[in-house]
Amino acid sequence: MEALVSLFVKAVFIENMALQMFLGMCTFLAVSKKVETAIGLGIAVVVVQLITVPVNNLIFNFLLREGALGWLGLPDLSLAFLGFLCYIGVIAAMVQMLEMFLDKYVPALYSALGVFLPLITVNCAILGATLFMVERDYTFPESVAFGLGSGFGWALAIVALAGIREKLKYSDVPEGLRGLGITFITVGLMSLGFMSLSGVSL
Amino acid sequence: MTSAKEVVFKPLFDNNPIALQILGVCSALAVTTQLSVTLVMCIALTSVTAFSNLFISLIRNYMPSSIRIIIQMTIIASLVIAVDQFLQAFAYEISKSLSVFVGLIITNCIVMGRAEAFAMKNPPLLSFLDGIGNGLGYSVVLIVVAVFRELLGSGSLLGVEILPLVSNGGWYQGNGLMLLAPSAFFIIGFFIWVLREVKTEQVESPEFRIAPHASHSQEGAF
Repeated sequence: MEALVSLFVKAVFIENMALQMFLGMCTFLAVSKKVETAIGLGIAVVVVQLITVPVNNLIFNFLLREGALGWLGLPDLSLAFLGFLCYIGVIAAMVQMLEMFLDKYVPALYSALGVFLPLITVNCAILGATLFMVERDYTFPESVAFGLGSGFGWALAIVALAGIREKLKYSDVPEGLRGLGITFITVGLMSLGFMSLSGVSL
Repeated sequence: MTSAKEVVFKPLFDNNPIALQILGVCSALAVTTQLSVTLVMCIALTSVTAFSNLFISLIRNYMPSSIRIIIQMTIIASLVIAVDQFLQAFAYEISKSLSVFVGLIITNCIVMGRAEAFAMKNPPLLSFLDGIGNGLGYSVVLIVVAVFRELLGSGSLLGVEILPLVSNGGWYQGNGLMLLAPSAFFIIGFFIWVLREVKTEQVESPEFRIAPHASHSQEGAF
């Protein structure tokens, strides 16, 4: 249990998806103008991450990895090269199912998330977390902790950036830096801040 | 009818995918600590973009629009698998240091964005060239960032020592910050600044304008 908590904290602060791993940057920069929308998107990412990473973990361990198909009488077969195709399929399907589920049972959240739900499919933080999970060979409980932690870390970063950008628009920025340029530099400073947490371990 | 030359060269500076369209930023930041790794990444991305544009453009008239996203995804993912297998077979070290970022070409917005915005509406050859052009636009930014980071961070380019480091008996003290995450953000930020100083039409209009100071109009009143 302690190891799982430590993995979660590491995924949130030290290996922050957005600020240290540079994942999910496109949406991170494009949808961080308002705190409200940032919170909505953050919640959606946490939910999708929490579902897809463990599901992909099961797929990898029971279908794709070398020897995983032993129960079919094919102990030497490795389907690991099909990984990318399966993971992205799972992510697209999960997002679609989540969308339908929310539409039917939690319409309030569905309308709050709006257009961001389908956008999550092409958010590289989601696929990135799955690929890291495969590369680091996490077990099932570890993948749950990692999925939750990486989603939460990303949400934290985008909400913080949106908070800064809401104030930043009142400042007098040199013309060429306006908009995208100053946002990049702000994110760089945030990333420096998060680096100071890198010594923390539980 | 857009000419082939325009399609290839326009994305370099006039309509750069990273600096103007904010597409495909993720990998631009993560793989730029070493120039050699960056070059491999640029070639991989350019070829995936070009071929995905080509194939999607070939079948664009037979694709029902309701399932086009999933078809595009499948084509892109298959191309990326081919690139990944190729790298693992012939450049294993570099494939290790790229780690997950080859796989992340699938969700790179440049590939999807060009497929959706250009290949769906244009003939195959032109789409292929558009893929190459956008891949090159991406490569320009990446190579600039990587040159700065490797040269200032570890005093070398492509592994060849340019600025002799103090630790090897030279005079240059390596700038450790350049090898860490934040420097990539700063360099891209400054790259955008320089680009927009030159091409002023790319400057974004301000969301909020500060009202002129009241005392200006009263100057000389006293």
